[in-house]
Amino acid sequence: MEIVEQVLRGDVRAVARLLRDIDDQVPSTRSILKELYPYTGKAYVVGFTGPPGAGKSTLVDQITAYYRRIGKTVAIIAIDPTSPFSGGAILGDRIRMQRHFLDKDVFIRSVATRGHFGGLTKSTHDMITVFDAMGKDIIIVETVGVGQGEVEIADCAHTTIVVSVPGLGDDIQAIKAGIMEIGNIFVVNKADREGAKKTVQELRTILDMGRRFRMDIGEMDDWEPPIVETQAHKGIGIDELCDAIERHKAYLTAQKPEQFRKVMLKRTLHQFSETLRDELFKEMVRRIERRGDTLESIAERIFQKELDPYSVSRQLIKEEFISHEQ
Amino acid sequence: MANERKLRILVAKPGLDGHDRGARVIARALRDAGFEVIYTGCHQTPEQIVQTALQEDVDMIGLSILSGAHNYSFPRIMELLKENNAEDIVVVGGGIFPLEDIPKLKAIGIREIFTPGSKLDDIIKWVRENVKPRKAAA
Repeated sequence: MEIVEQVLRGDVRAVARLLRDIDDQVPSTRSILKELYPYTGKAYVVGFTGPPGAGKSTLVDQITAYYRRIGKTVAIIAIDPTSPFSGGAILGDRIRMQRHFLDKDVFIRSVATRGHFGGLTKSTHDMITVFDAMGKDIIIVETVGVGQGEVEIADCAHTTIVVSVPGLGDDIQAIKAGIMEIGNIFVVNKADREGAKKTVQELRTILDMGRRFRMDIGEMDDWEPPIVETQAHKGIGIDELCDAIERHKAYLTAQKPEQFRKVMLKRTLHQFSETLRDELFKEMVRRIERRGDTLESIAERIFQKELDPYSVSRQLIKEEFISHEQ
Repeated sequence: MANERKLRILVAKPGLDGHDRGARVIARALRDAGFEVIYTGCHQTPEQIVQTALQEDVDMIGLSILSGAHNYSFPRIMELLKENNAEDIVVVGGGIFPLEDIPKLKAIGIREIFTPGSKLDDIIKWVRENVKPRKAAA
């Protein structure tokens, strides 16, 4: 396929168009991704997550500059929210990354969530596949601004960085489950603000408790997530952050190959499950339409209490997938 | 739901003026019309704008300019799009333009110029009628 050749060659326009088609779920992209898949597995994926306004884009900009200095090529997937009302989006993460626009070895792609929850987009995994096949050394994923439960990034990135800022709330915020548990590295950005030391302190306490808990249930690895204080816009703390990423990468790839295998397997499982779920759902919708029905009309009947969502789902699966086999 | 083709639009400010209220209002209006808007902030060079348009695979570029430097930056952007085989991207301008410049800008391929007083509804309507999402490649 010509498009496959173009992607492997690093053709910007071809890659840009393919990413669009993937995001729009054009069916033919599946066979292109299939062809690209054997060329993947070389890139290192770094994820940044944290609340809106924490400074994720500015940190991504700084980290990109670091990787470019040491000669690595970079792709950035920057995610912003879609309006639930209009379906439109303003994608503004690039504003902080202007100095990389003319660098041929940095490819920045802004993506909208389009109703997907979890901090990523439906297309993120496949976009990583494209950038990996294209030969990018480092792929940085910046999630949409998240709160507590959006942990999908951890199934996507080799190193997950949770960015926090001082003054977000009381101590109890930090003991809730969710994003506090997925960081391999924690950043307290805007560290010149009042309360920064307290935020670091609280994080430290929570992480120690988490370690003890995981040790008790035998889920312990011996990576201790560092907490790095940064002032991203001034470049303060960036060297320490880069150092922490390199240490985590070395930990995974060199010291703990079995841990690395676990991370890779988890990523693969996530991508596979998502694809399977998606294909099954699409196939079911096709079959429902072939019966002359639609999801909306079934929903209407559920709403009228003629049907209920549980039985109708079971019934459809039975009729379409199971009884055919017998 | 599936195979939904969304219009992607780059709103950019070329050159040295830092007044982006207008660009932000337009970006917001385009968002509310259901489009995906990439906004890159002020002080963009033509090269930066074109590279962004290529990487983001946009269908349209909206250039907001109040500095009067459109006779330099607009032709340069058109030239760069041509060099990159991206003439299919629709380019429009918005801001302050001497009336005698408008035909010249249209002659180099700028599809429309929106001057002060343009209504948001009219701009959205123009976009809907004149810009279609690129067809799937494969």
